[in-house]
Amino acid sequence: MMSRIPLKGWLLVLGLLAVGWVGPGLTQSTPPQPANGPSAGLAAWDGIAKVLQHPRCLNCHQVDTPLQGDSRRPHIPNVVRGTDNHGVVGMRCSNCHNETGNNPTSGVPGAPHWQLAPTSMQWQGLSSGDLCRALKDPERNGKRSLDDLVHHMGLEGDPLVLWAWTPGAGREAIPISHPAFIDLLKTWARGGGPCPQ
Amino acid sequence: MTASRRTFLKGASALAASTFLLGTYLPLGRTARAQHGAAPAASFDPNVFLKIDADNVVTLISKYFEMGQGVTTGLATLVAEELDADWTMMRYAFAPNNVQLYNNLVFGPVMATGGSTSMVGSFDQMRQVGAAARAMLVAAAAARWGVPAGTITVANGILSHAAAGKRATLGAFATDAMRLPVPAQVSLKDPKDWKLIGTTVPRLDSDGKTTGTTLFALDVRRPGAVTAVLQRPTRFGATVASVDASAAKQVAGVLDVLQVPQGVAVIAKDTWSAIRGRAALKVRWDTSRAENRSSAAIFDEYRQMMSGSGLSAQKRGDAAAKLAGAARTYEAEFTFPYLAHTPMEPLNATMELKPDGAEIWSGCQLQSIDEHVAAHVLGLTPDRIKINTLHGGGSFGRRGNPTGDLIGELAAITKAYGGRAPVHLVWTREDDVKGGFYRAMVVHRVKVGLDAGGNIAGWDHRIATKSIFTGTPFEPMAVKNNLDASSVEGVVDSAYELSDFDVRCFNVTSPIPVLWLRSVGHSHAAHVMESTIDELAHLAGKDPIDFRAALLSGKPRDLAVLNLAKERSGWGASLPEGRGRGVAYHVSFGTRICMVADVTVWPTRVKVDRIVAVVDCGVAINPDIVKAQVEGAIGFTLSSALRNQITLRDGEVEQSNFDDYEPTRMREMPQVEVHIVKSLERPSGIGEPGVAPVAPAIANAIFAATGKRLRSLPLGGGTRA
Amino acid sequence: MVALNINGRVYDVDADPEMPLLWAIRDRLNMTGTKFGCGRALCGACTVHIDGEAARSCSIMVGTVAGKQITTIEGVTGKVADAVRGAWQKLDVVQCGYCQSGQIMNAITLLSGNSKPTDADIDLSMEGNICRCGTYVRIRAAIHEAAKALT
Repeated sequence: MMSRIPLKGWLLVLGLLAVGWVGPGLTQSTPPQPANGPSAGLAAWDGIAKVLQHPRCLNCHQVDTPLQGDSRRPHIPNVVRGTDNHGVVGMRCSNCHNETGNNPTSGVPGAPHWQLAPTSMQWQGLSSGDLCRALKDPERNGKRSLDDLVHHMGLEGDPLVLWAWTPGAGREAIPISHPAFIDLLKTWARGGGPCPQ
Repeated sequence: MTASRRTFLKGASALAASTFLLGTYLPLGRTARAQHGAAPAASFDPNVFLKIDADNVVTLISKYFEMGQGVTTGLATLVAEELDADWTMMRYAFAPNNVQLYNNLVFGPVMATGGSTSMVGSFDQMRQVGAAARAMLVAAAAARWGVPAGTITVANGILSHAAAGKRATLGAFATDAMRLPVPAQVSLKDPKDWKLIGTTVPRLDSDGKTTGTTLFALDVRRPGAVTAVLQRPTRFGATVASVDASAAKQVAGVLDVLQVPQGVAVIAKDTWSAIRGRAALKVRWDTSRAENRSSAAIFDEYRQMMSGSGLSAQKRGDAAAKLAGAARTYEAEFTFPYLAHTPMEPLNATMELKPDGAEIWSGCQLQSIDEHVAAHVLGLTPDRIKINTLHGGGSFGRRGNPTGDLIGELAAITKAYGGRAPVHLVWTREDDVKGGFYRAMVVHRVKVGLDAGGNIAGWDHRIATKSIFTGTPFEPMAVKNNLDASSVEGVVDSAYELSDFDVRCFNVTSPIPVLWLRSVGHSHAAHVMESTIDELAHLAGKDPIDFRAALLSGKPRDLAVLNLAKERSGWGASLPEGRGRGVAYHVSFGTRICMVADVTVWPTRVKVDRIVAVVDCGVAINPDIVKAQVEGAIGFTLSSALRNQITLRDGEVEQSNFDDYEPTRMREMPQVEVHIVKSLERPSGIGEPGVAPVAPAIANAIFAATGKRLRSLPLGGGTRA
Repeated sequence: MVALNINGRVYDVDADPEMPLLWAIRDRLNMTGTKFGCGRALCGACTVHIDGEAARSCSIMVGTVAGKQITTIEGVTGKVADAVRGAWQKLDVVQCGYCQSGQIMNAITLLSGNSKPTDADIDLSMEGNICRCGTYVRIRAAIHEAAKALT
């Protein structure tokens, strides 16, 4: 899948992120001191949960049908998961969503391999603790270790995750900067990935 | 229909005499137009309604606009029937703008398509055209073959004379025929001899519309043409205060930015550049005279007006006295929102200035209006305006605007651009949804009495809405003493026997432009009448169909429709929990329709499972197209019954596109059965009547399922849950 | 310059990579069978095929489709296309016809991937194609008819 992503698309995503890097997101947050241990990890988790429960993430971590927009309305037109998380014939994600990025004319967002998250990663309605356990459970997270998760959501990870920071006009971006989010993830991972009850 | 022999000079209006004379110049002539040298020598080309080529192709020249209603197939059927043409050789083309030749015989003098009048107005005319052409071709063959005309037969496009062993196509005599006089009188076939009328011939527009070759206005590509999009006020009635076009002019592809009376136009080399340029425009609006209120406040204004006395629209008997003495009274308010037509093809048209006038390419429903509007803006006379009518990607009334808004904008922009290039003005979907000319907001209030026997005893009905016709060129036709007939139609002319009936109308004034939308006043009136009747039946403890039948006694056509619907719908059978069946009956445009809807109701959702429709529209010229129009009317209306509404917040339209004004989709479409009552009565309308009973049949079914009465539209429950 | 492979022919189009494919097809190449309905991937009037799968050309940008095979209503051929058109004509599906290029293109994709679609399959796959004239009863029947013709 990744090998099919055109280089230009990557550069676009990375370029936009680079702009965000020097933006208000970073200047507002003091770079956190390396912290270790479960309590620091647990504190970090709160921030992570807010990101994962943001419409930019949660809208596509749904059972069978994604939600749309900051209002989290059901996707219009109606689309469903299909057998490969990319929809059914005639109504596949890529029919409208560009792998090269957002379409400013149609307003349709885009990123490589635009899709519903796999069924195991259905997060809708989960409590913070259940979300945490779902995230780090290899049976449900795509067989990823904690370090793999940090990488997956990092700059060299999945461009579809990174899209949440450059979602295009009319959609709120993840409210904390991507570097700050990665710092939280690292802190959480160093603490052993603690989860609230 | 018994008078199969009709004289040519018997028509529906004063202009009729000139229009059904096949192929003649005005004033009345007796020779085919081609004799004056206008047509190629090898074709029979009256260039009015019919063209027959030597290769046997018969082209119907349609004076009506095709927007999907099947009018071109219908007209061609009438001509081909009397001509005895080969259906596979029938073609069609759209007539040029010429009100003398192409007058709408029902409500002319005007070249116009609408009011479900096309078959009504041309049932005789087109058959006479076919019959006259046939007589001329037969005469030509008789002369050539040296046999009496009466011994020649015509069938399936072939002239033959068995005894003489002669056979030829119609086209073979096209040249000869055009030199002959047009007969002063023709006989029309007895209905029992019809071969095409009443059978299902394939649509003539099917091939082009399944191969992408049919030309719509949006597909017109004039050499050197530029594309324009127009920034219109964000509030109705606002005007431009100031424009900063500097950023817009920097957008690649943008050629110019022009202020016109209707707003600010961005001219570009293609549509996308124009749309992007417009997005970069900065316009400040003067909203001091604009509509700045929200929908709720507008409804409140309606309600306040309705406590006054209004205009009397209908008065029979003494409703007030009957109500005062009634055993019980029923009182209810029904509200209706603005609705947008949203035809699939957004509004658009092209205009090109020429040394001797201007030429327009448009999906044009009211040629006579558009030619005058264009002429007025350009400072020309209407005869200098040539309109090329193209297929319409839907209309539902929107492409026929008595103010000619689209062409007025186009002419202003083309003029401002100074004729530098042909201009193609394109509306986006957002322009369409936000652009006004809506089905008006309406409030109905009814108060009805029931006597001890459960019979209606006094009906007081109040309707507040904005008049469509007032202030337009059609005002004299539809408005009498300030009362717009379209505001109260479907109520004042109810098919039911309502002996003590008092209908009053309240004219709302508003800067928000309103327009007829498919079925016009019936789009709300039928819902009020049929919901009310249903409630009254329930209050009286009577079966809804029986209760209606009692009010239609002595009207066999109406009763036949109602009874057939009862029979075909399985009326009376019990349904599982959560399901309900409702009926609605309404007469509009001369056509009687009954619908029975089956619904399933969940706490947050309604699904219409099936609609059985029975229709009596007189002669069904093409029964399959009649069915298609009823099926389509159900699909068209379902979304406005359940969810569609245009609402204002502080004067701004809240909807913008098909996400927040979402038409019916495939999964929502019910099963539809359409039954046509066989009839030899004159044809009545079919494009619009199917709309009227849809919403009340659904609302009545919801009531049957839940006991809950939903009166105002949209009913709700149209979202996915 | 973007090279677009449309209906088996390569066109060099002078267009911004962000230009929706729809406008490149309609305004630059003057192929007008593909329609503009909403501009926001909500109605399906602009449906074309990209590498055989239906796509809304008003939302797919020309920069996304370089090197891919694009097919429009004017160029779509083959057994499935013939069956779909044949069924559409046999049942006289069309009314105004404006959405039907997109409906037909989507139905061809559906039947290419699912030779015996159920009503539920049709609901899901044809969800993105709006017909304002309400021809859905016949679209559904025509898809079943085409499926039958293909077996």
